[in-house]
Amino acid sequence: MVEVKNLTKRYGNVTVVDDISFTVDSGEILGFLGPNGAGKSTTMNMITGYISSSSGTVTVNGAEVLDNPKKVKGNIGYLPEIPPLYVDMTVRKYLEFMFDLKKVKLPKKEHISEVMRLVKISDVSERIIKHLSKGYRQRVGFAQALLGNPPILILDEPTVGLDPQQIIEMRSLIRNLGKKHTVIFSSHVLSEVSAICDRIIVISNGKIVADEKAENLSASISGEQKLRLDIEGSSSTVLDALKVIPGVIKIRKQHDIGNKTARYVVEYKNGIDVRRDVFKAIAGADCVILDMQNGNETLEDSFLKLVSQDQRKNIGGVK
Amino acid sequence: MGAIFKRELSSYFNSAIAYIVMAVFFGFAGLFFTVTCFLSNTSSLSYVFSNMFIIIVYLTPIIAMKSFSEEKRQKTDQALLTSPASLFEIVLGKFLGAFALYAICCVIFFVFGAVIQMFTPANWAVIICTTIGILLLGGALIAIDIFISALTESQVIAAIVGIAVGFIIYMMSNFVSMLSSVEWLSSALNAISFTNYYQNFTYGILDLRDVVFFLSVIALFLFFTIRVFERKRWS
Repeated sequence: MVEVKNLTKRYGNVTVVDDISFTVDSGEILGFLGPNGAGKSTTMNMITGYISSSSGTVTVNGAEVLDNPKKVKGNIGYLPEIPPLYVDMTVRKYLEFMFDLKKVKLPKKEHISEVMRLVKISDVSERIIKHLSKGYRQRVGFAQALLGNPPILILDEPTVGLDPQQIIEMRSLIRNLGKKHTVIFSSHVLSEVSAICDRIIVISNGKIVADEKAENLSASISGEQKLRLDIEGSSSTVLDALKVIPGVIKIRKQHDIGNKTARYVVEYKNGIDVRRDVFKAIAGADCVILDMQNGNETLEDSFLKLVSQDQRKNIGGVK
Repeated sequence: MGAIFKRELSSYFNSAIAYIVMAVFFGFAGLFFTVTCFLSNTSSLSYVFSNMFIIIVYLTPIIAMKSFSEEKRQKTDQALLTSPASLFEIVLGKFLGAFALYAICCVIFFVFGAVIQMFTPANWAVIICTTIGILLLGGALIAIDIFISALTESQVIAAIVGIAVGFIIYMMSNFVSMLSSVEWLSSALNAISFTNYYQNFTYGILDLRDVVFFLSVIALFLFFTIRVFERKRWS
């Protein structure tokens, strides 16, 4: 279990991480989401004890990272943003070194082979890391974090530099690991976080702007539902027909598609399903619905909304 | 600590550094040995040992330059500092790795002793004593160079600054005589002049004070190195 309390990091006058608190329970996969430079890596570096906090505490399984670094560090497997690889060593030699460095007490040879199998680097075990591609290097770094089966895994943008196939493999690997380990992992790709994580923390300008279950994140931010329609027919008829439907808040014609067809966005109140009424109204007006898509805002939208709201607030504060 | 020591030493031998350092060390030692012992027909190695000082001034920064600068540049310090190993273990492991390579170089003096033995009984007490001295001298310089290496991300800067500092240390006794008019300064410099402490070893005198001096320098600069990382962590 990881408990972060009022964590703050200042460099001179610049506050990189600003008073953030959260708890991660064992067996949870937490996604750390934010634009570049939001303070994700800094937070992770503080949790792993690489840098100290300016104020606030990090407690891992009851031990404070600055008071009892040995115990905390022994419980954490860390993959930093840039994998810490000694490029002049072979993969196996490197993992053997990390195994000794971490003072792991498992059967050495078997454990290293097992980890290499898990992240699929057994075929390059005798190659010098310098000669490996970015994807392989990333996985060697990942293997290093897994050595000793630490109960907590902290992964800083683990999928950067991987090809799509590898990204899918990496995601399923993280999901599997999440069954036995506590995982905190960061990314600036939203779809990735929502695909893997139980819970998402959105961080912007060093502050937590959202801390939600993955499926709640978008619903909690967007107030109203949206319906996207491609309708054939004259736009005035369409707008008149839609306007009178109960529950509809706003109708916007987005753009013409051609062939007397246009795209409309209908915003309607949460809790009322207007799809049937829309269908009947359009049919009654002698127009044709070619495409209808229901859904609240996508995660990407809500993420941007959160981050830009936060930035606007900050700019306002400066003034 | 064992892991870091092993990795450090093997990394020297995986790159060209170990071989170049050993070649230069053996080359100059052999040259001094030939010139002083063979050509002037003496069994005393003390000239060889005192001449080696300046060679060591150039070689120790080359040995130690990458120890921390390269870690910082490659971001591998992140693996070390987030591992359960303490800073003391990390710094000591690094030092011992670099020192081990240097110690391997110093084995050559026993070879010289054996060569002398073929012609005339060698004075082994002096040879062993002086080798201890040269090991301590090199150890102190390596500790200083490791400290310098911890301050920068560039191996080249670490090496150049290390050589400059080593050279100042080498010239210290000259400064002492230059500044003899300012008594407090010259006596202060005299007290920290490596040459004074090293000289006794080359005469075959094993004085506890000299040993303690070099061990203190090593301990002091390893401590400084630990402080560099603590400060960086807390900044």
